[in-house]
Amino acid sequence: MIKKWFKSGDPWIWLNAAAVSTSIIIVVGLLLLIAVRGLSHFWPAHVIQAELVNNSQRITLIGEVIETEEVPIQRLLDSGINIKTDKEFITRTLLKVGNRDKLGSDFRWIIFPENTAINYPKNIIQVERREWGNFYGYIKNITKNGKIIATQDAAWQQLQPLIDKTNELHDKIRNIEKNEIGGINYQLERFRLERRKFELQGINDKEALAEISASEAKLYKEYEVHKKSLAVLYKEITTYSVNAEIMDGQDVVIPLATIVRAYQPNALTFLQKISTYFSKLAEFIFDDPREANTEGGIFPAIFGTVLMVILMAILVTPCGVIAAIYLREYAKQGPLTRLIRIAVNNLAGVPSIVYGIFGLGFFIYFLGGEIDQLFYPEALPTPTFGTPGILWSSLTLAILTVPVVIVATEEGLSRIPKSLREGSLALGATKSETLWRIIIPMATPAMMTGMILAIARAAGEVAPLMLVGVVKLAPSLPLDGSAPFLHLDRKFMHLGFHIYDVGFQSPNVEAARPLVYATSFLLVLVIVILNLAAIWIRNNLREKYRNLES
Amino acid sequence: MQLLNHLNFPKLSRAQIRTFKDKLTAFYMAVGGIGVIITILLIFFYLVYTVYPLFKSADISEVNSFPVNTHYGQTLHLAVEEQNKIAVQYTNKGYALFFDTRTGKQIKQIDLLANNKAKVTSFKISQLVNNTVIFGLSNGRVLIAKHHFRISYPDDKMHIEPEIIYPAGKKPILVDNKKQALIDVAYQQNDEQARIIAITDDNRILMVLLQRESSGLLEEEDEETSAEFTKTIVDLPKIQGAQSILIEPQQRIAYIATKSGEITVIDISEEDNINVIEKVHLLKDNQTLTSFTFLTGGISILVGNNEGEIAQWFPVNADNIPHLTFIRSFNQQQSGIIDIETEQRRKGFVSVTRDGQIAIFNSTAKREVLNVVIPEMSIQHIALSPRADFLITANNKEITTWHIENEHPEISWAILWEQVWYESYTEPEYTWQSSSADNDFEPKYSFMPLAFGTLKAAFYAMLFAIPLAIMGAIYTAYFMAPKMRAIVKPSIEIMEALPTVILGFLAGLWLAPFLEENLVGVFSLLIVMPMGILLFSFGWQTLPKKIRLQVPDGWHAALLIPVIFFLGWVALSLSPQLEVFFFDGNIQLWLKESLGMDFDQRNALVVGIAMGVAVIPTIFSIAEDAIFSVPKHLTFGSLALGATPWQTLIRVVILTASPGIFSAVMIGMGRAVGETMIVLMATGNTPVMDFSIFQGMRTLSANIAVEVPEAEVASTHYRILFLAALVLFLFTFIFNTAAEIVRHRLRKKYSSL
Repeated sequence: MIKKWFKSGDPWIWLNAAAVSTSIIIVVGLLLLIAVRGLSHFWPAHVIQAELVNNSQRITLIGEVIETEEVPIQRLLDSGINIKTDKEFITRTLLKVGNRDKLGSDFRWIIFPENTAINYPKNIIQVERREWGNFYGYIKNITKNGKIIATQDAAWQQLQPLIDKTNELHDKIRNIEKNEIGGINYQLERFRLERRKFELQGINDKEALAEISASEAKLYKEYEVHKKSLAVLYKEITTYSVNAEIMDGQDVVIPLATIVRAYQPNALTFLQKISTYFSKLAEFIFDDPREANTEGGIFPAIFGTVLMVILMAILVTPCGVIAAIYLREYAKQGPLTRLIRIAVNNLAGVPSIVYGIFGLGFFIYFLGGEIDQLFYPEALPTPTFGTPGILWSSLTLAILTVPVVIVATEEGLSRIPKSLREGSLALGATKSETLWRIIIPMATPAMMTGMILAIARAAGEVAPLMLVGVVKLAPSLPLDGSAPFLHLDRKFMHLGFHIYDVGFQSPNVEAARPLVYATSFLLVLVIVILNLAAIWIRNNLREKYRNLES
Repeated sequence: MQLLNHLNFPKLSRAQIRTFKDKLTAFYMAVGGIGVIITILLIFFYLVYTVYPLFKSADISEVNSFPVNTHYGQTLHLAVEEQNKIAVQYTNKGYALFFDTRTGKQIKQIDLLANNKAKVTSFKISQLVNNTVIFGLSNGRVLIAKHHFRISYPDDKMHIEPEIIYPAGKKPILVDNKKQALIDVAYQQNDEQARIIAITDDNRILMVLLQRESSGLLEEEDEETSAEFTKTIVDLPKIQGAQSILIEPQQRIAYIATKSGEITVIDISEEDNINVIEKVHLLKDNQTLTSFTFLTGGISILVGNNEGEIAQWFPVNADNIPHLTFIRSFNQQQSGIIDIETEQRRKGFVSVTRDGQIAIFNSTAKREVLNVVIPEMSIQHIALSPRADFLITANNKEITTWHIENEHPEISWAILWEQVWYESYTEPEYTWQSSSADNDFEPKYSFMPLAFGTLKAAFYAMLFAIPLAIMGAIYTAYFMAPKMRAIVKPSIEIMEALPTVILGFLAGLWLAPFLEENLVGVFSLLIVMPMGILLFSFGWQTLPKKIRLQVPDGWHAALLIPVIFFLGWVALSLSPQLEVFFFDGNIQLWLKESLGMDFDQRNALVVGIAMGVAVIPTIFSIAEDAIFSVPKHLTFGSLALGATPWQTLIRVVILTASPGIFSAVMIGMGRAVGETMIVLMATGNTPVMDFSIFQGMRTLSANIAVEVPEAEVASTHYRILFLAALVLFLFTFIFNTAAEIVRHRLRKKYSSL
């Protein structure tokens, strides 16, 4: 019977079916993995307090449980951990104990003995700090200029409004430092370059120079004003601090200025948890990164990615569309066009790093170098365009994605029934009128598809950008309040590179991992939505022409 | 009137305007279209343009020539400074003459042997110690001198002031107490000590060890340091016919050569324990040694003979004892070698023959980049500038200066794709090691480990992807219910757009530790999965029809999802038990001890799976299209003739669609070869050549990403990375074109069926 069954070929069909199922499981599993890990990070988890006895010493551990796993004892013994047990496996727990300033590292692998008492005290507080990562422990009191103003529960009651106040101050300080003083510095640098330009050109225009000096003096005056208000704000923000105790009894002083958020994770109600969740999510999307990108938000990366992609789309869409129209409507169809078509098609399969190195060599070192010589001699030897930047990044990606637009548009053009063109021409329209009035409107969805696919590809591309413009931390956005507003020469941050950088180059990978998942989830979400849009448009398009043809 | 009409914009007829617009559109479309197409094809040409200089031969052009000043004696040696502006000529009367290289005008002459009646009987430049020369004198003494060019910027203009420094004192040092003339000398120094070896007229070999008393450095600018040395004179073993001496930079070994090319290697590291390590014959019978010099770095020795042969030798360790070994020989010249001048910053050298043939070589690449014959000159001396872009030749009457254009001599086919014997290596190897801070470093630009890594990564990726993607495509296209297909196909295809940086991140930070933990479980999946599925399907087969018909045809795959989950769970949860049972609880240790395999956490398995996931959608999508578009009447015919669906599939469908499946694999392969982020993040990026699945690799693309930001623009390293990009470009382009042509043919075939 088995022989017969094998002969029927059924088992092989089942195996083929299994391949599909596996692929589906991989796809869905991947997306779920990213989504779950990325989104759960913001949920305020319980903090445990474990009391255990080790070598007749009482130890208290406070922290979040990150994961637990079963390991063979042998492996632990091989790596030099001494455990006395007759079992072959043991469960160990990864605990996030925080308090990097006191405990050295955020994470600990713990093997809980059987007599461990685990409970969830409601008054444990978790503090997100601007430096040294999270704090877990108990609040003791709040001091104002060194004097205690509240203790224990009263302190916790007073803490929240104080945090809100200092956060406001913090925002003010940052605004002054970054926007106001940053803007002044930017303008001063421009004046310096202007002077240098005069010097280089040998012009001695006294009036202009005097004007520059006057403006500079004004800027310096403004700067002094800002400096004074900063001093006041700094004094105000350092007024309060919190004294607290961590798990091993050490005292920690947390200046209020360094607190982002504080809550009692075990005392939160469900609604409070949701509100904390969204406040964390908002911080992630709208704030700047902290602590070498391992905490805080990713706003500059989102902004950089979006801006770069928009610039690229502006560059690539007209170029790709024109090339496609030329190839399909104007060029003489023959072996040469066929060859070009194959070449263009295959360029889409050329590794992106090749485009990256081309961008580096041609755009940055060659074109950028020439532009600097011609237009920005005053800034040399500091390069202006002769260095990686957002313009070159979008140009490189435009070249990378132009085959996608060409192919998609050509496909759209080829789907337009010949009868429509012939009808238009027969009615006396010129070729260009046919093109503008009939063909382009009908091919618009195809062009849109091409553009969306190009954007989806560009948004996820990292390798070439590493050579032509992204940095791990850009001091300022490429679009800001200082003229000329759009700074094409600036370097920028990028979601994909952020993932690579934080996941692989950061000093504290373990702590940063949830953020990387969250960033990945955001990127996947954007790209999947873009692709679904492209598929949807394409399908609609096909329907439309099917109707036309019949 | 006609003209005026035109200028006043005559009322054009509507038709004319329309024609004009039509022409304008056509023009702009053509210009724009061709422009865009040219721009994207520019990539190829730009890569070629950047790479081309690597393969260009060197160029030499005469700059100037002027008569030699014989008043101060015959020329012994010439040297040029960094800027190629001033050169120095040492003569056999003990003079150092500095002259301008553009005019030949004498700038300064220094009598090195002032107040000394001895004659110069031998002379040697001490290679590897900057600009230092040593004179052996007729009274058994040696003088060590060093030319130095002091650069200053008075009034923002560069001024070069030449001068002579005496590192071991102005007074010649007594070597031979018997005061015999010295027929050859050699000198080597470091911060603490210096060694001089000399051959006397009566064929004794003497070594002088100078050691500093105080712990200061041998100050370059300090002229009065002679008093602070202690001097020890040691006799070295006698060698019949000793002619030439070299001391290697660490001052541990001296090489003493005879005219017939016999080299005695002597250990001189301890002055009270001098011993001969070995004797080696460098030449064939009847040949005589005419040139004997170190290559930059002082490891390799270049040997030139009277028949125009040049060979490279260096000590190779065998059982910790160095043996001077023949490494490679260079293109034979037409006549005997007179002089070999080595470059200071690359492993290159210039040779000149009796008949005036000048050749420039690179030793690592075994490449002759230039070979010209200047017969009328009968050149006797050559000097190469530190940057190796300027050459001075001299004969009895004339000094001639040359400009050399030799930017990238380091590259040849052999160095990229063949095994090369690098200095200090025990055997020829494929190695990629592109840069180091050291000038003496021999760059190792073998593409082999990178190409190997690229193919290895692609191989493991395909190993994972091909079965899943093609089997999946077969089922989806041929057996799956249309309703399910409408969901399955796009959801697998959407994966194609998943940024590879995310896959790389998951591979490196999630999959790699996961696989390390569950290695046994993952490998047991290979057995558990197919067996389990077959068991399940057999069980399904035996179920009563009533239940079986509940699931419509073509939904097997959906049915299997929970089964696969279950099997996966079983395999993974059994993993620790299996590991304890079969591998003593630690498979990594077991692999190392039983099979001698090292285990890297980020290895080819991780890359294979991650990159496999990246290429599955590509292969799946194209293969599925190919199978799905096999004309239906073919399959119906086969089924009507009584073949089972499986037989129809194997004998008809797959056979017809095989070119399409082939092209799917090619395109997938192209993608795997060029993928950068996954390999960058999921491997250790070490350029090893080991096919083990538990080892990492470095691919061409990851190598570019890692190294290009640090490469100096237009340097050899930079251009080589462009060459790597060009190789990748061509590779994927060829793969894709082949696939495209196959698909094109297939489409034609279908339409004719």
